[in-house]
Amino acid sequence: MNIVVCIKQVPDTEAVIKIAGDGKSIDTGDIKWVMNPYDEFGVEEALRIVKDQGGEVTVIGAGPARVVEALRTALAMGADKAIHIKDDDLYGADPIAVAKMLAKAIEPLGADIIFFGQRAVDDDSGVVSSAVAELLGLPQLSVVTKVELADGKVKGTRPVEGQTLVLEAPLPVVISAQKGLNEPRYASLPGIMKAKKKPLETKAPADLGVERADAIEIAVLNPPPDRAPGKTVEGETPAELAANLAKLLKEEAKVI
Amino acid sequence: MAGVWIIAEQRDGEFRKITYEVASAAKKVADELGTEVTAVVLGSGMEGACADLGKFGVAKVLYGDGEAFAAYTTEAYTNACAALIKDGAPDVVLMGASMQGKDLGGRLAARLDTGIAVDCTALAVDGGKLKATRPMYAGKVYADVFINGTPQIASLRPNVFDISETGAQAAVESVAADAGEVKAVVAEVQAAEEGKIDLTEATVIVSGGRGMKDADNFKILEELAGKLNAAVGASRSAVDAGWRSHTDQVGQTGKVVTPNLYIACGISGAIQHLAGMGSSKVIVAINKDPDAPIHTKADYCVVGDLFDVVPELTKDI
Ligand SMILES: Cc1cc2nc3c(=O)[nH]c(=O)nc-3n(C[C@H](O)[C@H](O)[C@H](O)COP(=O)(O)OP(=O)(O)OC[C@H]3O[C@@H](n4cnc5c(N)ncnc54)[C@H](O)[C@@H]3O)c2cc1C
Repeated sequence: MNIVVCIKQVPDTEAVIKIAGDGKSIDTGDIKWVMNPYDEFGVEEALRIVKDQGGEVTVIGAGPARVVEALRTALAMGADKAIHIKDDDLYGADPIAVAKMLAKAIEPLGADIIFFGQRAVDDDSGVVSSAVAELLGLPQLSVVTKVELADGKVKGTRPVEGQTLVLEAPLPVVISAQKGLNEPRYASLPGIMKAKKKPLETKAPADLGVERADAIEIAVLNPPPDRAPGKTVEGETPAELAANLAKLLKEEAKVI
Repeated sequence: MAGVWIIAEQRDGEFRKITYEVASAAKKVADELGTEVTAVVLGSGMEGACADLGKFGVAKVLYGDGEAFAAYTTEAYTNACAALIKDGAPDVVLMGASMQGKDLGGRLAARLDTGIAVDCTALAVDGGKLKATRPMYAGKVYADVFINGTPQIASLRPNVFDISETGAQAAVESVAADAGEVKAVVAEVQAAEEGKIDLTEATVIVSGGRGMKDADNFKILEELAGKLNAAVGASRSAVDAGWRSHTDQVGQTGKVVTPNLYIACGISGAIQHLAGMGSSKVIVAINKDPDAPIHTKADYCVVGDLFDVVPELTKDI
C-alpha cells in the first residue's frame, strides 16, 4: 500500500492570534507551530494500514522552511519519507491554490490512498482534500471516523447531520480524517533520532510546474465581533439561581 | 442567465432548513446586485416541492431528476452542478456549510477553477462583488474575503442567516442533469438514535464538561434537554474521558454549533471549546468557579454547583 499524507503546519491552538500591520495577515512572530491536529489522525491511520498490509508512507507539506518541523514530526511518528514544497510566501494562501501544488506533487507517486485532515485549524476551510481529489480525478471520502480496507475497496464511515453514512470507493482514493478515527501516537525519542536520517526532498513550486494563483483574497482581518458583557444571575440558593435564570431566559433573552 | 444561484440540500425528498437559510441570504445578495435567485435542485421525484422555494426568494428552480440524485454523493452532485453552472454562468453560487456543502464546495471550486469562501457568517456586496465574512483561527479573527474567478462560490454556516419569507411560487424548469461516473457510493445509511437532535441543527444545546464527573451524571443534562427539545453536547474532556461519543464534541476539533441558546455546565471555557460554541446567540454558563473563563463569554453566568442548579432549572422550565 502506497500512502500519501498531506500535512499542514499551523499555529498551536493556544496561540494568541494578532492581526499584522497590513491588516490582512497575522503576526507570526510569537507563534508556536505544530502539525494540524486533524492531520495527525491521517498520519496515524496511514501508519496502521502500512503496518497491517505493508507499503510506504510519504508525507507532503507546503510552506516556508519551518514546515520541515511538522514533516519531521510525521517522520518521527513513523512515516518513511517526506516532500517539502518550499515557498516562503505560501502561508495564508488560498487553499485551492495550495491544492494545485499538492496535486502536482502527489501525481507521480502512484498513491493508493491520500490522507488529509478534514480541515486545518488556522484557515478553517476544509477544501484542500476535495480539491486535490478533483484535480487528480479520484473519489473522495470526507470527514471519516472509520476506514476499512478490503478487496481493493475502501469503506469510510462518515457522520453527517442526524445520520451516519458508510461510503465505499475503489482505490485510489482521497480520505479526510475526522476526530474519532484513531488515537494518534506520539513521536518517540528513538523515532525522533531515526527521523533525522529519513529522506526529505525539497521542491519549489516551479519544479512542480505550478504558479501560485490565489482565488480568494483577504481584504481585511477583524477581531471577533464584540459580545455584550454578561450578567451574573442573582440568587442565594440553587433554587433561586435556577428560578432567576429561567425567568431571564424566558422574559429577557426570549430563547425558551 | 447569470444571477445568484443556490445549491439546494434535501434529504428523502424534503428540503433541509439550511436550504431556506441559503435562499434567504441569496435573495438579499441578488437584490443588491439587481438580479434574481436561481436554485439548483437535484433529487428524485421532487418536482412538486420545488415551486415552494419561491417563498424564500427563489425566482426560478432548475430541477434535475434522477435516482442518482436521491441521496447526495460528491461526484454525482459535482458533475451535475458543474455542467449546469458552466451553462448558466451565474456570478455567485451559494450553498450551506453543512456536511454536504463542505464536501461539495471544494470539489466544485476546483472543477470550475474558481475560489470558494467556506463557512461564512455574513455576506455583503462591495463594488459589485460578493464580500464574504468568515471566521478563521477558530473564531479568533474574522476575515472579509473577495473571491476571484467566476462564479464566486461561498458556503454559509448553518443557523446564522435568518430565514425570510418574501416571495411566492418559483418557476420550475426541468433540466437534463447527468450524474456521470460515480466511484464513491453510499453503501449503508445508519439512522441516528430515535429522537436524537443533531448538534449542528439544534436551536438549544445543553453541554457538559469535566465538571459532570462521570457518564451517568449526564442524565441530568438529558432531562433538561428533554424539556427544552435540546441536543446534548460535551467538551473534549468529557469525550476523552469516554462519557460521551465523539460526535457529541463541541469545539475546534469537534463541531461548530450556532444554537439560539447554549448552556455550558461544568465547562471551563477553554479557547478550543469557545471555538465551537462562541457564536451561539445566547450563552449560559453554570460553573462553580467564579473565575472560570466561560463566565467572561457567557450572557448569563450562574456561579453554582451544577448538580444542584441543573435539576432545579429542569423543574422551572
Ligand atoms: C489541539 C486541541 C484541540 C482541542 N479541541 C477541543 C474541542 O474541540 N473541544 C473542547 O471542548 N476542548 C478541546 N480541547 C481541550 C481544551 O483545551 C480543554 O482542555 C477542554 O475544553 C476542557 O474541558 P472542560 O471545560 O470540560 O474541563 P475543565 O477545563 O477541567 O473544566 C471543568 C470545569 O468544571 C467546573 N466544575 C467542576 N465541578 C463542577 C460542579 N459540580 N458544578 C459546576 N461546575 C463545576 C470547574 O470549575 C471547571 O471550570 C482541545 C485541546 C487541544 C490541545
